[in-house]
Amino acid sequence: MTLLTAFARAEAAAAGRAQRIRTVRHVHLSRRPLVVIPLQLAGEACAPLAVMLGDDPDKPRTLTVYEPRDRARRFEFAADLAEVILGHLDGYLPPDDPDVHAGTPTQGAPAQGAPAQGAPTQGAPTPGAPIQGAPALEPLPDAPQLLVPNPNAAAFLRLLGRSTRLRRTDGEHAVRPTVPLLGRWLTHYGERAEVPGSALLLAMTTALAEHWATGQSDLEDANLAALLGWVDPPDGLTGQQAARLAEDPVRCPPAGPVTDPTFDNEVLEGRMAAIRDATEAGDGPALARAQAAMDAALHSQLAPTWDLMWRAHALLAELPEAAHAQRRWKDDRRSFTAQAAWLREGGAPQPRRDSAVAAAKRLARLEREQQRLAVERAHDDPLVMAEYRLTGEAFAGTVVDADLTRLDTDGKKPKLRPWLIVQTTDAVIVEPDAVLANPAFPGQAAKVIEVADASREPGRTLVTLELSGGMGRALTAPPGSTPARGDAVTYTTLRDDFQPAPQFPSREETPWTHGGPPPEYVPTDDDAQEAWS
Amino acid sequence: MSIAEAAERARHATMSILADLATTEQGVVVDSPPGAGKSTLVVGAATELAKNGERVMIVGQTNEQVDDLIDRLATGSPGTAIGRLSAAAYTPSERVAGHQNVAARSSVADLAEHPVVVATAAKWATVREAERPWPWAIVDEAYQMRSDALLRVARLFDKALFVGDPGQLDPFSTVETERWLGLNWDPMSSAVAVLLTNNGHIPVHTLPVSWRLPASAATVVSEAFYPFTGFAAATEAGDRAMTWNTRPFGKTSFDLALETAATTGWALLELGHRHTLPTDAEAIAACAGLAARLLQRGAVTISERSPDPLPVTADRIAIGVTRTVQTAAVKRALRELGVTNVVADTANRLQGREFDVTIMLHPLSGRRDATAFHLEAGRLCVLASRHRHACIVVARAGIPELLDAHPSAEPVHLGVPVKFPDGWEAHQAFMAHLARHRVCAA
Repeated sequence: MTLLTAFARAEAAAAGRAQRIRTVRHVHLSRRPLVVIPLQLAGEACAPLAVMLGDDPDKPRTLTVYEPRDRARRFEFAADLAEVILGHLDGYLPPDDPDVHAGTPTQGAPAQGAPAQGAPTQGAPTPGAPIQGAPALEPLPDAPQLLVPNPNAAAFLRLLGRSTRLRRTDGEHAVRPTVPLLGRWLTHYGERAEVPGSALLLAMTTALAEHWATGQSDLEDANLAALLGWVDPPDGLTGQQAARLAEDPVRCPPAGPVTDPTFDNEVLEGRMAAIRDATEAGDGPALARAQAAMDAALHSQLAPTWDLMWRAHALLAELPEAAHAQRRWKDDRRSFTAQAAWLREGGAPQPRRDSAVAAAKRLARLEREQQRLAVERAHDDPLVMAEYRLTGEAFAGTVVDADLTRLDTDGKKPKLRPWLIVQTTDAVIVEPDAVLANPAFPGQAAKVIEVADASREPGRTLVTLELSGGMGRALTAPPGSTPARGDAVTYTTLRDDFQPAPQFPSREETPWTHGGPPPEYVPTDDDAQEAWS
Repeated sequence: MSIAEAAERARHATMSILADLATTEQGVVVDSPPGAGKSTLVVGAATELAKNGERVMIVGQTNEQVDDLIDRLATGSPGTAIGRLSAAAYTPSERVAGHQNVAARSSVADLAEHPVVVATAAKWATVREAERPWPWAIVDEAYQMRSDALLRVARLFDKALFVGDPGQLDPFSTVETERWLGLNWDPMSSAVAVLLTNNGHIPVHTLPVSWRLPASAATVVSEAFYPFTGFAAATEAGDRAMTWNTRPFGKTSFDLALETAATTGWALLELGHRHTLPTDAEAIAACAGLAARLLQRGAVTISERSPDPLPVTADRIAIGVTRTVQTAAVKRALRELGVTNVVADTANRLQGREFDVTIMLHPLSGRRDATAFHLEAGRLCVLASRHRHACIVVARAGIPELLDAHPSAEPVHLGVPVKFPDGWEAHQAFMAHLARHRVCAA
């Protein structure tokens, strides 16, 4: 936790209301997201119990598994879920495009001329984030966004994807063709969610906690109802009171995927037993009644969270979007487009494990995105920048002197290298020769020449900076291309100059140190044998 | 053990390593505890291989380490032409520019005539496929190298000698990497770990004696951080001493800490218990103040290297911290005291370096909790094993209690070997030792 967040939390506790710690919204928010609230059966690793989903706050759909311990029922559920989710995704694909259903390959039989199977190698259209240097794919104008209540729900969807994407559509235990397709999309969304700054699959508690500091701990913030109680307490209540009320599982059922144990024992168990009895007795009307009763029970668990999700969506939507959020969303759209293209071309499903090369590439990409996100957020948001000012990685001040026509004549040709002297009251810990950036002048580097205490005014520091870049080729800087005397400026060590993406050997060239080239990945029946739970 | 005996043991170890090198099909791994002559081994092996007419590529991890290594190589093997492969913007540091037999170039083609070429792993990764791979590579600080970095350079060589210190910091990442835990090629594992998992037959040697650590430190460090392999100091207690040119003035806590460190090799300067920010102003001031005072007092050392007393100059003192913000704060404090040339850096960047005296800001000083990051055994090990004479630890009171309240609770994963020593246990052992050398700040 940063110092500023700690302070905001203390303020929130004192004020009885969450405090904004961001001036802008750093995640892209779709106007018509698909809200998905999964529930799982307690005690089973990945046994779906029910899901409430939809893109219209007034029209939630609920899908229920009446007997989650029955594998066949789970597949039927997966097929029903696929219908809703894939239907939503289809809405984002161009109308003239053959829809993703049509191009679906059956297991293990990719279409002729499809790219190499297994972990996608360089150059091949990659399901996942774009690779730097890969041929730029024009992203679709919009991509479907999935909103889930919390990171556990996102993890559950990823797990569901993992357990369905390698199912066979023929032979023993065949499933409907949409089931593996759903698995591949859920896997794609789950893996994309690991990319820093991605908004394709968004966990609501994470998104809210990034923008508001509450007066409770991170652990308590993982409860959507309590978190929202702090952010937007009902009239007449403080955040503490609202969060306290949210702890009552009867008033605020857990947002899933785990259900309230008391509900399991006192309600769910009985309803499931009634369904089992009615099925065994072959009593059609009794079964229908029992199923309706279970639907009602699950609806009571899901509906409050459904409302919270849309309230949270509305609250987040009120914040203005950060300047760089669109850049990141474009990457998300590109990844969606690439995955759709991959499916259309009959590409293989994501393998169960990353190969050595795929793992190293992915790690390099995640690290670059992480660094990029940190820089972009600081440049977009003065409150984020304030955190870096407190740690000394940035300082804000006034230009007290400027030599904007200074030339560096050391080299063969003179170069324009203006000097600025910035006076600041921030604690400056940058060292001479450090290179800084000014968010207001992207692409302009500022090298620290000297850091000195302003002798006449204690507590003030004078930093001398040498500017380069972003001033054109002439030997005088065009007006407005640099800060001028009297301007308020911010300089930070967080620079947006990124090294080119690292090169890795191809999969076939995996060296002996890493076990040599892995055998080509071919989905087999063994993959489908992976246990459901 | 006597120095002659230590030399004999080290020679024996080196002989068996070189013998394995001559016969190996793929490679040899050498585990080297702090100051056990790793660089000497690298210089010896490089010279030996170059003598046989084979070209050797040496892979370092940071530019600092590469420059240090080149200095050692150029001094130890003046007849060998050494290439320094570097970025175009690189200006040779003093210790590299001073050698006639070293040439710095930004393209490997310009170094074709040099039998030994040294560069960082990042630079080697940019080298295009050579027509003929290098017959030999020496990978220095291989435990610091992430396996994905090895993946990028492994295509360049046939056989390799991997040397490194297994007790130092593990590679780290800023992102979640659980996804790959347990895989044979986890990109977050060290180069050595992945190499050995995939090639179990590669022989592993351990260097037996530490030339750097004094007798007062070798046992402590060996027991806390190398519980299974262990090592001994090459020198005996009487071989080294640190004394002062001046008398203390009054009885300040700084002077008391310095006296304790000079006589026992260790000191813990304990500040009052308090929860603080990483840039704890008092603790930072104490670190810088101790360095300044040590220079004022005129410390001199006697060691097996020189029977005549040598002064401890500023560049032989290091202040080790945990985080970059602390480095900056220490540097600023030093500047304000008018002290120049004292090295202040994070544990990561002090790996592989050696000083007469180190001053360590304890990773857990002033903290409310003990996270895995702060408990990491490697970080503490690096900070506690850089010195030839004395190590002074600056810390807020209450670390043993903090440790008791935060037993390590890291999840255990399938397929991931359990790592020893456990950071929590190493911290406890180290604090128990330091308790005997405690000086309370006034």
